[in-house]
Amino acid sequence: MPIINIDNIPYEVKEGKNLLEACLSLGLNLPYFCWHPALGSVGACRQCAVKIFKDEQDTRGKLMMACMEPVKDGMRLSVNDSDAVAFRGHVIGWLMTNHPHDCAVCDEGGSCHLQDMTVMTGHAYRDYHFSKRTYRNQHLGPFINHEMNRCIQCYRCVRFYKDFAGGKDLDVFAAHNHVYFGRQQDGTLENEFSGNLVEVCPTGVFTDKTLKQHYTRKWDLTTAPSICQGCGLGCNIIAGERYGSLRQITNRYNGAVNGYFLCDRGRYGYEFVNSKDRIREPLVVHAPDDKANGLPVLQHVRNRMKPGKVIGIGSPRASVESNYVLKELVGENNFYLGIGEIEHELIRLMLKLLKEGPVRAASMQEAAAADAVVILGEDLTNTAPMLALSVRQAVRRMPVDHAISSIHMPAWQDAAVREAVQENKGPLFILHVVETKLDEVATGAYHTAPDNIARIAFAVSHLLDGTLPEVTGMSDEGKQAAATIAAALRGAKRPLVIAGYGGGSEQVIRAAANLAWALKQQGADAMLSFTVPECNSMGLEMLGGLRLESAVDAVLNGSAETVLILENDLYRRLDLHTANQFFGHCKEVIVLDHLHNATTERANIVLPVGTFAEADGTLVNNEGRAQRFLQVFNPQGAIQESWRWLLQLGDICGHTHLRSLLHYDDLLKAIAAKYPVFIGIDTLTPPADFRIAGQKIPREPHRYSGRTAMQANVNVSEPKPAEDGDTALSFTMEGYRGEPPSSVIPFFWAPGWNSVQSVNKYQVETGGPLHGGNPGKRLLEPNPNGPTKFYTNIPDPFIPVGGHLLLVPLYHIFGSEELSIHTPGIAQRMPAPYIMLHSEDARRFQVAAGHLLYFMDNGHQYALPVVINDTLQKGAAGIPVGLPHMQVAEAPQLVKI
Amino acid sequence: MFSLLRSMWLVFLHMFHKRDTYQYPEQKAPLPARWRGRIALTRDPDGEERCVGCYLCAAACPVDCISLQATEDEHGRRYPEFFRINFSRCIFCGFCEEACPTYAIQLLPDFEMAEYNRQNLVYEKHDLLIPSQGKYPGYNYYKVAGLAIKNKDKGEAEQEEPPVDIKSLLP
Repeated sequence: MPIINIDNIPYEVKEGKNLLEACLSLGLNLPYFCWHPALGSVGACRQCAVKIFKDEQDTRGKLMMACMEPVKDGMRLSVNDSDAVAFRGHVIGWLMTNHPHDCAVCDEGGSCHLQDMTVMTGHAYRDYHFSKRTYRNQHLGPFINHEMNRCIQCYRCVRFYKDFAGGKDLDVFAAHNHVYFGRQQDGTLENEFSGNLVEVCPTGVFTDKTLKQHYTRKWDLTTAPSICQGCGLGCNIIAGERYGSLRQITNRYNGAVNGYFLCDRGRYGYEFVNSKDRIREPLVVHAPDDKANGLPVLQHVRNRMKPGKVIGIGSPRASVESNYVLKELVGENNFYLGIGEIEHELIRLMLKLLKEGPVRAASMQEAAAADAVVILGEDLTNTAPMLALSVRQAVRRMPVDHAISSIHMPAWQDAAVREAVQENKGPLFILHVVETKLDEVATGAYHTAPDNIARIAFAVSHLLDGTLPEVTGMSDEGKQAAATIAAALRGAKRPLVIAGYGGGSEQVIRAAANLAWALKQQGADAMLSFTVPECNSMGLEMLGGLRLESAVDAVLNGSAETVLILENDLYRRLDLHTANQFFGHCKEVIVLDHLHNATTERANIVLPVGTFAEADGTLVNNEGRAQRFLQVFNPQGAIQESWRWLLQLGDICGHTHLRSLLHYDDLLKAIAAKYPVFIGIDTLTPPADFRIAGQKIPREPHRYSGRTAMQANVNVSEPKPAEDGDTALSFTMEGYRGEPPSSVIPFFWAPGWNSVQSVNKYQVETGGPLHGGNPGKRLLEPNPNGPTKFYTNIPDPFIPVGGHLLLVPLYHIFGSEELSIHTPGIAQRMPAPYIMLHSEDARRFQVAAGHLLYFMDNGHQYALPVVINDTLQKGAAGIPVGLPHMQVAEAPQLVKI
Repeated sequence: MFSLLRSMWLVFLHMFHKRDTYQYPEQKAPLPARWRGRIALTRDPDGEERCVGCYLCAAACPVDCISLQATEDEHGRRYPEFFRINFSRCIFCGFCEEACPTYAIQLLPDFEMAEYNRQNLVYEKHDLLIPSQGKYPGYNYYKVAGLAIKNKDKGEAEQEEPPVDIKSLLP
């Protein structure tokens, strides 16, 4: 490893880095703007100047931009040299000439990189006495606020939005000192990752519009490490609360999962926590003969639980802990997974493949490092958005490696490398029933029915490994697609195969596993990635339980009378008819949930439970990584965690095992002890009695304000601060001020670094893992030596049936997820229900775009307006999944029109 | 002996001195203009609230007795939705006034705030807001800030150029 001398002190640094990265990794304070660890260097802002000396005799040296200089052994440089310091001070003085006097009314204030860097360089007084340039702002939709006057022209926004996230509608306009960052005209920023502009922008040009509705400075937020509930990827987030409502979600860096970014559903989908539909007090519907009013609610619950007649229905959006306690309470034979039949089969299969197969599930960062990607039957941008962002990085992998070796530039030389790469793309093949957003970066995109996708994948496996069965009766198109994909995959060292719930087909999942295993057998370091629909789908399946259909049967045939439903809206799982029948036959329905929904309408007792912001819990993401989310704040009313309600219920019912679980840590230990697959779940975060220097870790920064005034309107005597007996965190600002363990970082802050960029101080090296390792633990590892049992059962090709259409599910990042649509901005971007047809099918059924198409499914009649899309497989019809008012129609399935 | 007599003489002379004791409350003590007493929220020369809800006073407060919530009107002007000072905690240090970037929060030469009931020492915005500019007449934050509000568009603040025409090709 090279040794460099900074201000005459030798440091060992990592090869291949630039000086800025090296300095920041060493913990030195060097100001910068245009560099970003994920975006690389362009040397545009001239802020990170250092002085570099030729040798020991050289006393003059020369000023160089640290972000543009590679690390060389024996290098001598000075960060604190007076010329360099003065230069940096002048540069920021110039950057500030047009910066408005806005800090007091700017949402970035207090977490602003420009403020931090201005203070760091010592630029305290304005020398420029002429007038300031101004701009008009644009309306950029419900998520992002635009205030262009504040821009310092670092170009990070367009580099992120266009180059990194593949956005098309944000650009830089005009020239010289008039450059303008915005859209061609006012309108919503269309990219699904637009929210990251808020964190990428070093100042307040792009700010969080949902935060603006209830604005709070960073220093006033009570924050806790949390996990996004928006999809199955489990991105790490920081959730912040003030005055009893959740205010903001920001990215929590995890080098193995989401890195520096989040999708818009994750960042903005939090407002359900503050929804007026929240259940805050227990609700008991009294039967006429029920005279026991005034009893504690759990006594009511117990009175209605007839021994032997109680079943529990778990939930993929509830934590492992809650599902576990419910399973213990009702007994293994009475615990049902609260997910639909198709979904259950898919996830069960995925889990089996990941556990028993030889190929490893890729984390998102591993996916971004893949050199060839095949996506089978999945619209990633809508089903697992952040994975789509990883795929966008993966397609650059091969051309970038090629460029690096041909022009001898390090990868962080962003502008030079992009110039060399041009529009070259690495191999990415997408097979889906209809066009997807990622098609634009794909080498090949084929639109065909799920069974045909599986057939092509089987054919590719056969081409890679002749011993695997051949697919007979392939169309010429299919043959050619298979040949192209096989040829591209042969050269790949780290190929990635992605499939998931979005296609709704087991055959596709099997074909994906076959393909990945065949690649592995060819000697490639193959990876497999399955998407799952909800934040704890994988965890629920790992815990295991009976099918939801059998719960319906149990109620209908009278063997069960009381149903305990955990955080689950069964009207989203069962079709309307079945659900109505189910609830009609239930004697007692006890629901634990946080929002009113169709299921709570049918309940006799509703217990108010905490959302992710008001509860501690563990989720298992799609790669089998268990991650803990910690409570952000103490909610008003009777709200408590589901697992706590159920533990208390267990106590009242005299359940000996549950009675022995007194603390949260006991519960975690019990789970790890009972289920070997969950071993390690109890050590994800430090235990509740963990202390550093005798202190807990504070959720509030040391500048937290208003403690003696915020509740003074209620009572001038302040109440005792809330105590957290479950975790190592405290609800107050008192506690250990240094760096906490990586799994319980409530906020990123370092002296002089108030903005989100302070994450540099928490990393081993910039862009590397956090000190003490990235949080979370992988529970699923492949079985490398196990026999590979290839699937040989190849499905028949899809043939359209006259008078019928194959319903296929289509997902939407804004709309398909149950909770995020409670955010007004997300509801605004949600599509209206529709049915998508190929124009030939539309002619066949004599409908045009906008006409209503009628069909029956399970006795329920659907009438949906037609949308024409010629990339859709003929004979198939796409229906959006999960939208409110969209009844559950099982897809894929054949329906008669 | 001499010093004893001298002291008695000096004490005797004090009988003819001007009195230092004020007959409070009948007689009020004159307080200097910068005396740090009751806290008020002042208004700008146009009579609008000066406070923009930036939270700096709350952050500066060593006893954390200020809490507020910022909001904005339909034209983008920021103001506090509520603004509360718990005077039973206030130590009248004046840090809030120093921190205030808009001269909104000011400490006035008035200390007559005693209450029998401690709850009455919690002042809300309507208790704090006064129809005056206080010690700093003439200052209007929005006239120097880049934010557009009602009756002040982009480029209309002091020392501002008119908004850039980004479609112009001129140098």
